[in-house]
Amino acid sequence: MERNLHKQLGNMKKSLFDQGYLDEQFIQLEELQDEANPNFVEEVVTLYYRDSARLIQNIEQTLENNPLDFAKLDNYMHQFKGSSCSIGAKKLKNECTQFREHCKTGNGDGCKRTFQQLKKEYAALKKKLEHYFQVP
Amino acid sequence: MSSNCKQSSSNGNLCSSLKQKKAWESLHRTADGRKWKRVVVFLWLVVALCGLVCALTSSNGGNSERKVETSVSSEFKTQVSLEYCNVSKEEFHALDSLFIESDRVASLACCRESGYEMPSSCTSTCRLKMKGSEKWHKLVAENVEFNAHCPSRDESISTYVGLPLSKNKTMSFISQLAFSSISSGHLWYKENELQMTELHNHATYNCESISFCLAKICLWILAGMVASFNILKLHEKFSSQKHEIIQETPRAQQSQLLQQSQSSSRSTGKWRKKILVVFVLAGVVFSFWLFWYLDKDIILRRKETLGSMCDERARMLQDQFNVSMNHVHALALLVSTFHHGKQPSAIDQKTFEDYTERTAFERPLTSGVAYALRVRHSERKEFEQQQGWAIKKMETEDQTLAQDCNLENFSTSPVQEEYAPVIFSQKTVSHIVSIDMMSGKEDRENILRARASGKGVLTSPFKLLKSNHLGVVLTFAVYNTHLPLDAIPEQRINATVGYLGASYDVPSLVAKLLHQLASKQTIVVNVYDTTNKLAPINMYGTDEADTGLPHISNLDFGDPTRKHEMQCRFKQKPPPPWQAITASVGVLVITLLLGHIFHAAINRIAKVERGYREMMELKHRAEAADVAKSQFLATVSHEIRTPMNGVLGMLQMLMDTNLDAMQLDYAQTAHANGKDLISLINKVLDQAKIESGRLELEAVPFDLRAVLDKVLSLFSRESQEQGLELAVYVSDQVPEVVIGDQERFGQIITNLVGNSIKFTQDKGHIFVSVHLANEVMLPLDARDEVLRQSLNIVQVGSNASYNTLSGFRVVDRWRSWENFKKFSGIPEETEKIKLLVTVEDTGAGIPPEAQCRIFTPFMQADSSTSRKYGGTGIGLSISKRLVELMGGEIGFVSELNIGSTFSFTVTFTKAEANYLDTMQQQCDLAVPEFRGLKALVIDERRVRAEVTRYHLKRLGISVDITSSMESAYSYVSCYGKTSVSEHLAMVLVDQDSWGKDICFPFHNLLKMIERNGSKSNSGIPLKIFLLATCISSTQRKELKLDRLVDNVITKPLRISALAFTFQEATGFGKMGHNTRAKPSTLRTLLKDKQILVVDDNAVNRRVAEGALKKYGAVVTCVEGGKVAVGLLKPPHKFDACFMDLQMPGMDGFEATRQIRSLESECNKKIDSGEASVDMSENFAHWHTPILAMTADVIQATNEECMKWPSQLRHLAATSDFPLATQLCHDLSESNPCSFHVELRLGDFRSAMGDIMINSTAIKQEYLPTSCLSLFSGHMYCAVPLRSEPYT
Repeated sequence: MERNLHKQLGNMKKSLFDQGYLDEQFIQLEELQDEANPNFVEEVVTLYYRDSARLIQNIEQTLENNPLDFAKLDNYMHQFKGSSCSIGAKKLKNECTQFREHCKTGNGDGCKRTFQQLKKEYAALKKKLEHYFQVP
Repeated sequence: MSSNCKQSSSNGNLCSSLKQKKAWESLHRTADGRKWKRVVVFLWLVVALCGLVCALTSSNGGNSERKVETSVSSEFKTQVSLEYCNVSKEEFHALDSLFIESDRVASLACCRESGYEMPSSCTSTCRLKMKGSEKWHKLVAENVEFNAHCPSRDESISTYVGLPLSKNKTMSFISQLAFSSISSGHLWYKENELQMTELHNHATYNCESISFCLAKICLWILAGMVASFNILKLHEKFSSQKHEIIQETPRAQQSQLLQQSQSSSRSTGKWRKKILVVFVLAGVVFSFWLFWYLDKDIILRRKETLGSMCDERARMLQDQFNVSMNHVHALALLVSTFHHGKQPSAIDQKTFEDYTERTAFERPLTSGVAYALRVRHSERKEFEQQQGWAIKKMETEDQTLAQDCNLENFSTSPVQEEYAPVIFSQKTVSHIVSIDMMSGKEDRENILRARASGKGVLTSPFKLLKSNHLGVVLTFAVYNTHLPLDAIPEQRINATVGYLGASYDVPSLVAKLLHQLASKQTIVVNVYDTTNKLAPINMYGTDEADTGLPHISNLDFGDPTRKHEMQCRFKQKPPPPWQAITASVGVLVITLLLGHIFHAAINRIAKVERGYREMMELKHRAEAADVAKSQFLATVSHEIRTPMNGVLGMLQMLMDTNLDAMQLDYAQTAHANGKDLISLINKVLDQAKIESGRLELEAVPFDLRAVLDKVLSLFSRESQEQGLELAVYVSDQVPEVVIGDQERFGQIITNLVGNSIKFTQDKGHIFVSVHLANEVMLPLDARDEVLRQSLNIVQVGSNASYNTLSGFRVVDRWRSWENFKKFSGIPEETEKIKLLVTVEDTGAGIPPEAQCRIFTPFMQADSSTSRKYGGTGIGLSISKRLVELMGGEIGFVSELNIGSTFSFTVTFTKAEANYLDTMQQQCDLAVPEFRGLKALVIDERRVRAEVTRYHLKRLGISVDITSSMESAYSYVSCYGKTSVSEHLAMVLVDQDSWGKDICFPFHNLLKMIERNGSKSNSGIPLKIFLLATCISSTQRKELKLDRLVDNVITKPLRISALAFTFQEATGFGKMGHNTRAKPSTLRTLLKDKQILVVDDNAVNRRVAEGALKKYGAVVTCVEGGKVAVGLLKPPHKFDACFMDLQMPGMDGFEATRQIRSLESECNKKIDSGEASVDMSENFAHWHTPILAMTADVIQATNEECMKWPSQLRHLAATSDFPLATQLCHDLSESNPCSFHVELRLGDFRSAMGDIMINSTAIKQEYLPTSCLSLFSGHMYCAVPLRSEPYT
């Protein structure tokens, strides 16, 4: 049973990696997890979602403004990207990069489009990670 | 062209026109210079034309005509003067003859009366004088002639005068008179001579001044030429500079400028053409004007000539006429004196006839003279009786003197109031004797006028009977008494006693006169009597075809009532004005030629400009392509490096997993290749960076020897595999610590050594030596043993080995730096030192034909080498540029199959030794243990022994050297006896000197010495080490088993390896010598350290905290810079701080700056003793290591750093250099691709003082191992904070 569970967990993690949701940073985080910090990864991920929910809300509000304040958007996205990098959320990170590209070129439509995509990825990853952490 | 040349040569400025052409040719270079040049050219043109005109006018200035004129006049004058001379001579003669016959008493009066005749010579000479001053140059001949005639005159007069002298005293008076006149002539002659010389002087002066003026003009022209050329040159320079500037401006601007310049050049081209057209038109107009001007001049001159000739003739005619008139007058006086003054009369018809006959030559113009007596009617009878004939009347009024008329034809004169019968006549007119002159109308009028005026009176011209010529009659009245000069006509009439008449044949007179003159054929002369203005009577000459305007000269024959004039005109029509034609045609031709030349030049300029524009465009394109290439290279390199880092990291991870041997081998190969690729890319990046000038050198203190050791360690394995000796030697004089860019320095040496290793195969050595440049300045004074040995490389021993490191022949290293230019001027600044680094190898050598392109990027010796040895050929190019950046030079000498030696110089700043104190302690942990020990090195090669000595010296071990085991044996035994062997702690034997047969006794000897006492004295057992280049493990085991040696030291020698081996052998310093922090020990290093993490991002904060906590650190997290500053205000408990750079509120830079200022304040307080010891705790100096965390390194640092005050930057830089440097070393040693990490660190160091962690750089290499280093209480860390850059 224990072995099965472990195997299942391994499979899940592998699929997350295979699908490109996560990168090696996540492994690094898991490595940091030990007896002293048994739920380190979960803790970090939870922190990430708490922190980033605020950021996403901020970005959404900023996107509604007209004209768009690209500097502000870029600043928010910078923070969001930093957080995403820290937990190794690869897809989100890519979206962030693209979003910032659009910010740089001043492409408002591109920003909005990318942000929708980003939110989708964000939700998907959240679901997957919740599932992943619930397994044990 | 040829005419142009001729013209200019005639003006004496051939060169000017040539230069002009040159100027034109050089003109088409720039659009800006055109205006200037045009002005200059135009100026020259004007100057040339002026010169031409001057030359023409001066050359044609009436030379020929004037010459003719002067020759005519001079000829004429000589004749005239001669004539006068003769005339006066004849006068004397005549007088003389008269005196012979006549009374002597009356002669005085006559002489007195006729005295005015004599000065005629004088007057003539005076007149000549006047003319002479005008025509000085021709007078030379004239005077000579004159002079030649004068003596003859002198003579003749004296002979004539000699006769009367015997008779009468009065003659002496005459002769005196004559002499005086002659002498006055002489006097004048002399005067004239003087005048002439004066004139000559004046003329020469004029000539000189003219030539001086010419020279001056030439000089001015030359100066002008030089000046204009200078201006041209300057302008060219200026414009070229302008073009350079243009080149520097961005391309878009360039193209704009180009277009502008194109349009401007086009417009100037049009302008030029207009100017040319104007110039040509002006030239044509000028040539026409010139023609007109010259033609006018010629006509004027012709007129002048005619006038002067005509005047000349008129004057002559007048003079001659006057002369004969005077003679007639004289005759009248003679008659008055001798006929009427004497009783009885001294003259009768016979005497008169005789006299007039003999003096006829004096009146060459008169056909005859006759004397008529005034007879009143009352006296008629008496008169007729006395004479024996009756007074007759003239039949035809106008045939007075006709000779063919018969005397019988004349009838007796009717009764008149008074009569004028001719009583005396010349023989030629003897038929008129007894004819009453009053009966002819003309004569009567004449007589009446003559006696009233007392002067000679002329009739109007009439036809002479005999000659059928026109003639005039001259009549003089003869008075019986002396009349006062102001006598009224009445008195004159009353005093009249007779009349003397003379007839003149005018045509023959004029013809004779003209005959005497030259150039009589060129002009036609007419003489008119114009008393009646309306109907002038032609006295001489024929009416010929009109050939232009005549010149009219007035004639004065002494009769105021009669007016005569002379008209002259040229016989021929004026010839076409050839001079004017040639000159103007010449100017025209020149103008057209110049126009043609300039036209060609303008076309050429346009062509060249077009070419230039095309060239510029191509150049810009090429430059843009070059820039694009560089950018592409840089971008691609960068882009390749990022994934390559991933590949390498993954390979490293793969190798850490459980792999079988085969898999591990594959992985390792892949990893090694990847590393090679990365290093190549780094090189290309370097090249691009250097080319764009973006590479900046650091200035940090570093240990030179350590750098060299590091380079050596890089190549140790390779050299061992190849069996090459690899050695480093640093001269004693080189300071321990210098300030410079050690990484770049190391890179150069690495490049050179890498090359040497690549090209040296299986034999020989690679020898790196460092000296001060000063040391090699004077080769003979070299004190350094290595230098001395290299001075003369000689064969030693019989086995064909040289005194080099490995015994193989090498090239002469001295030649490698002999071309260095800046070698001599090194020690200008005392704090600067110049190092000379030499890398010597015994490799393949560089073929001579390839030596020139060794330093060209991507060029190797040849393509075959490229295939054989691989490589890109970029290393040397980078090295060269780096060396140049460091203020040095690089050179080499190479021979095929012998080897190459590369030398370079670099300039460093001297550093104070204590900069590196702390680090030195770390590095040379073992040093104190060996200090004071003594070692014996047995090596047959001196250089190699010196290298060993150098390394041992660094450990504080003093060294003795012997060349063989045998000598060592004797040395040691000697040593033992003298009992100073306490400190001989080790013997190092080179592999080459090692021989088993001598080893045993030597070993035994050493053991004996050891037993005897050294052990007890120093506590260190005597050890024997074998120095081996390459030794197999079996050999090593064998040696160890034999117990002959304590250990084997594998070359290349390095201080760390030596220290380690010695420690191992002696058992010293086993504890805590591990200077390299390994991941396993990170926990111990970080355990219980207080670390502050400053980051605004909660997730990042948490991750950093987790990472650090894993290794046992006590982590405090804060959100912003302000809080961090508050926490880090001394005293505090933190050992280190991790700082995010980009934070809202106070960013990392600001926070760090504030922390640093707080610390320095605190430190000041501690120094001044204000602060308590408690507060400072164990720290004598507050300096919390602050480690920055950012991904956006380049932007953040470059922009921010520049804003920092330089003082702070300096403070930050100096306080933390050694530590940061050491970390860099560790990084670079384990990871070649971290090169740019160091650069970034350098950037940041100069800004903030500590370390920056760039996740881009360290991601792959350090993530798995989480490297941390700890040195003397300071912590440096590379922690897996993020896996990807923020941006």
